[in-house]
Amino acid sequence: MDTLDLSRRHFLSVTLAAGGALAVGLKAHANVDSAPQRLSAFITVAPDNTVTIRARMPEIGQGIKTGLAMIIAEELDADWSKVIVETAPVDEKTFGPQFAGGSMSTPTSYDAMRRAGAAVRAMFVGAASETWSVPAGELTVSKAVVIHARSGRTLTYGQLVARAAGVPAPDLRTVTLKDPRDFRIVGHAHGGVDSPRIVTGRPIFGIDTTVPGMRYAVLARPPVYGARLKSADLDAVKKLPGVTHAFTLHGTGDLHGLRDSVAIVATSWWLAKSARDQLKAEWDDAIGAPHDSAVYRAQAETLLKGKGTAVKTKDDIAAGLARAAKTVEAVYDVPFIPHVTLEPQNCTAAPTKDGGLEIWAPSQTPGGGKSLVASALGIPEDRITVHMVRAGGGFGRRLENDYMLEAAAVAKTANVPVKLLWSREDDVAYDYFRPGHMHALKAGLDADGHIDAYYAHGVTYSRDGKVAQGAGITPHDLPYLVADNFTLEQSTIETTAQTGYLRAPSSNGLAFVHESFLDEIAHAAEKDPLDYRLAMIDHAIAHLPAGDKPGYDLSRARTVLSALRECCGWDGRGGLPKGTALGVATYFSHRGYFAEAAKVRVDADGTWRVLKVWVAGDVGSIIVNPSAARNQVEGSVIDGIGALRQEITFEKGRAAQTNFTEIPMMRMSDAPQVDVHFVQSDNPPTGLGEPALPPVLPAVCNAIFAATGIRVRRLPLLPEALKTA
Amino acid sequence: MKLTVNGKTYERDLPEDMPLLWVLRDELDLKGTKYGCGVAQCGACTVHLDGSPVRACITPVGTVGDAAVTTIEAISETPQGKALQAAWLELDVMQCGYCQAGQIMSAQALLRDTPKPTDADIDAAMDGNLCRCATYTRIRAAIKTAAGLPATDMREA
Repeated sequence: MDTLDLSRRHFLSVTLAAGGALAVGLKAHANVDSAPQRLSAFITVAPDNTVTIRARMPEIGQGIKTGLAMIIAEELDADWSKVIVETAPVDEKTFGPQFAGGSMSTPTSYDAMRRAGAAVRAMFVGAASETWSVPAGELTVSKAVVIHARSGRTLTYGQLVARAAGVPAPDLRTVTLKDPRDFRIVGHAHGGVDSPRIVTGRPIFGIDTTVPGMRYAVLARPPVYGARLKSADLDAVKKLPGVTHAFTLHGTGDLHGLRDSVAIVATSWWLAKSARDQLKAEWDDAIGAPHDSAVYRAQAETLLKGKGTAVKTKDDIAAGLARAAKTVEAVYDVPFIPHVTLEPQNCTAAPTKDGGLEIWAPSQTPGGGKSLVASALGIPEDRITVHMVRAGGGFGRRLENDYMLEAAAVAKTANVPVKLLWSREDDVAYDYFRPGHMHALKAGLDADGHIDAYYAHGVTYSRDGKVAQGAGITPHDLPYLVADNFTLEQSTIETTAQTGYLRAPSSNGLAFVHESFLDEIAHAAEKDPLDYRLAMIDHAIAHLPAGDKPGYDLSRARTVLSALRECCGWDGRGGLPKGTALGVATYFSHRGYFAEAAKVRVDADGTWRVLKVWVAGDVGSIIVNPSAARNQVEGSVIDGIGALRQEITFEKGRAAQTNFTEIPMMRMSDAPQVDVHFVQSDNPPTGLGEPALPPVLPAVCNAIFAATGIRVRRLPLLPEALKTA
Repeated sequence: MKLTVNGKTYERDLPEDMPLLWVLRDELDLKGTKYGCGVAQCGACTVHLDGSPVRACITPVGTVGDAAVTTIEAISETPQGKALQAAWLELDVMQCGYCQAGQIMSAQALLRDTPKPTDADIDAAMDGNLCRCATYTRIRAAIKTAAGLPATDMREA
């Protein structure tokens, strides 16, 4: 994905808006095809000194709405207590890519938001300089007040609005940015800008959307993936209380498109859902028969006995394994798991007079949703308006826009505004699951315990013959870099289940596999697992070919491991009571380097509990909002522990689990203490939605091994597996 | 049917089996109470009936009778509710925020009955409220802060 590069694509456009406010828009440079220019008020400064900033990314709980505004306010030298943050319209021509995914919002926005804020500040300084006829260099700004210290004069931004509008906007490429040491907003903890509305129960989420004349919709979707609707008694449903419309939607077979379904529209959601409970429909569900978790497992076991397709190799794996002084072998097994955002999928759509649609969507990719609706329903994109609405969690589920397309199709067909809401059961059944995978691993160690050969064969899933969405099995590059010889092979099993991206996609499972196996290797080599990792990294750094700068920065991994060693009491772990132990793991994903240690207590009956987790992470030079940053890390760690206990299984082409009754979730009493340490490095700041999650899974499992001698190679982790008495 | 919510009386013609959750959200336009599971497993829909926390998603409106319903929209009128909301903001508890209305409703009942809760009290009172973002460490600290206790987690660690 592109970084929003203001210097190349955009300039500032300044106008005096209603009420005498200075409105600064982002204007894209004219395209060669002279497409119409779009202007959106991006930063507005009102005469009362209030600054309104529009946040360009979807807010899904990652805190970006607050964080982006903080970056702008910092360079603008605004008074944070007088900053109002609004969500920007979905307009990717103006705002650049608008999405919440891959922990990318901070890295793709940081520099651009700084430049925009600094440019507007420069205009106010210019205005004051003109007013007082003093050089701009003699002026400073504090909390939206321009100060001329020599003469003791001050003017607020509000007082300067009219004059600033006449000051030419500086070139975004050359505008002066602050020295981060002078930051007064960025780097300091700030509460979420929407929080006061949340704690008082004000409508703010997608599910809270209400539009005039709105009705409520539910869909009856296929009972098994890919089933086709044979018949449905629509007339009977139409007679039920409150029902205003019932009709069928035709599926396309596309993972992102409509599914065969029956839409029911009613005067309340409860009545729509009650009508669906009584719907009589016949489905051709033969397609589901072979898609069963037991069948998948048997297929995986067979495939693992053979060779897969080579994905990545280095030198001669066979020779490395043949000469090994010691060989370590293991099979690891990772299940499908769900997203289950607490706010179930929903979307509100209203037909417009020009044959288009107005849509309110809690989506991580609202622009993608707009394109999807346009192409699937044959509506020109410029007749579709999408509003970003706060989402009650994302975790990757809302990278998909299936609920947006469904709401749009229902609103268009019924020709009324509708709020489509999925039940929790709908949400589980039609999740885009984190796909499972199974791995055969083999390592050859030399006499010193060094990894001469590292072999991995992963069985993952395919859809229509291609590796399924989110089903990649290439781990971070640590094993590849530390082993002298390396081979990664892949095989696939065809599935009808929907798969997709779950928070730290692929890393959330692969970290468990490869960092647990690395722990096995360290124990086989009779080394301290933390020191062994450090020694391996040192070895790899020493043996990097001259001039080779791998995408995986070994020194950053080393730094977080060393920092972790200092903070987690690693050397004192021998004094822990019987059944309690520390485990360590590290992982690199989404531009962030993390090392984590988990302290776990395992009782004789197999009950396990994570008592505390220490985290050392490197996400670059600046932590934009330390409060939100720590919150993301704490949440990621607890979320990752929860992932150890979950599993979605399939029975004849459908998910066997339906609700939280069958999906264990982390609860208050399960949550450990989390001790977060950021190691600030000389790298651009990057995001925190994901990279703290992957290492906690192997850290916990490695602690369980240290506590019990039982190696966890298969998830979910059940107490039965850890019973010692 | 008559219903008293946050001190206000409403008259509506409603099916007896319609869950209170949907009456609040869709009939009375009180959107603060949230839907998460429909089977009393997540606590997002927690409201009070005569001061006791219940799951509105499994409470048929026909069973509410004369009981006074209190929702997140009015919980600031109780001293505990007000203190909890302030602590939630002070400690910047929320991520997505979707569960937090239910969390505060459960926490208010806890503090009203147990003004100085232990960690075990908090576990027992709050285990029915899921936070998918897992802001549990901050929820725990905020409850203690609202109770005037040190925010430190005293459990084995």
